[in-house]
Amino acid sequence: MREPTLFWEDFQPGSVREAARGPLTKAEILEFAEEFDPQPFHLDEAAAAASLLGGLCASGWHTCALLMRMMCDAYIVDSASLGVPGIEAVRWLQPVFVGDSLTATSTCLATRPSASRPEMGLGEFEWQAVNQRGETVVTLKHWAMFRRRHPAAAAGSAA
Amino acid sequence: MPWFDDMAIGTYEVLGSYTFSQAEIIRFAAKFDPQYFHIDPAAAAAGPFGGLVASGWHTISVWMKLRVASLRARAAAAEADGPAAGPSPGFLDLKWPNPVRPGDTIQFDTRLTEKIELRTRPDWGLIRGRNEGVNQRGETVLSFTGQALIRRKPPAA
Repeated sequence: MREPTLFWEDFQPGSVREAARGPLTKAEILEFAEEFDPQPFHLDEAAAAASLLGGLCASGWHTCALLMRMMCDAYIVDSASLGVPGIEAVRWLQPVFVGDSLTATSTCLATRPSASRPEMGLGEFEWQAVNQRGETVVTLKHWAMFRRRHPAAAAGSAA
Repeated sequence: MPWFDDMAIGTYEVLGSYTFSQAEIIRFAAKFDPQYFHIDPAAAAAGPFGGLVASGWHTISVWMKLRVASLRARAAAAEADGPAAGPSPGFLDLKWPNPVRPGDTIQFDTRLTEKIELRTRPDWGLIRGRNEGVNQRGETVLSFTGQALIRRKPPAA
């Protein structure tokens, strides 16, 4: 475990963090799909070409997991993360095909202190991943919890 | 699976149960979500969950695994002449209200809640379902609204 360098106070509304990864291989797509999402359009090139998706492409859950890894590398493992209670919505807008590269952004939309835990604050984030053709492939919105660098004074203790 | 037209709102299905081992939790997270509370049991003990917990993406990926297995079992049986599942435009309102710890057995289920006809795609309908995972203590560890495109029944010749 690394000592965190990013605390709740370091996430300001409007701030953007960037991430990227190289081309997704067919082997990566097949490995994830065989374990978690063995539908024909994630496993078989001919079946995928005949499907609505038009070609062999990653499971949407794989795309989410890849985006998570990109954001872990970009900032999350350096943060005093306390987890994420849920996700408002994930939109899979385009398939991620073999050979696609992704760039992604995490935009902080809003922050607020925790009402019940003085050591914690929350931030609302929108993540977006774009392929090498400039098409947005996935967006998702969530609140994340972080430890504060400076915990709030306990309620009622102010002089 | 059934054609969109033959699906009934309220249909409930237990997809199956899955026990998460510590090794699997660490293997998934090392690849996709390498936060210390997902990959390092000793550090995790002092972390926000008081121990190692599965990545939420792992939990939801296992829901999908059991969903696909259930669809395949049904396709091999009574619904062999039905359509294959179509792709999904995304999901809504996902919550991970309790963590999944090593050794936990999660039962996953799904209930069909909405059927939406698509003006732009007359051959397809959109279904929404409320999906859950519950551990051996009866605590919900996952809930979300899933969506999928499903083929409309072709008009009789």
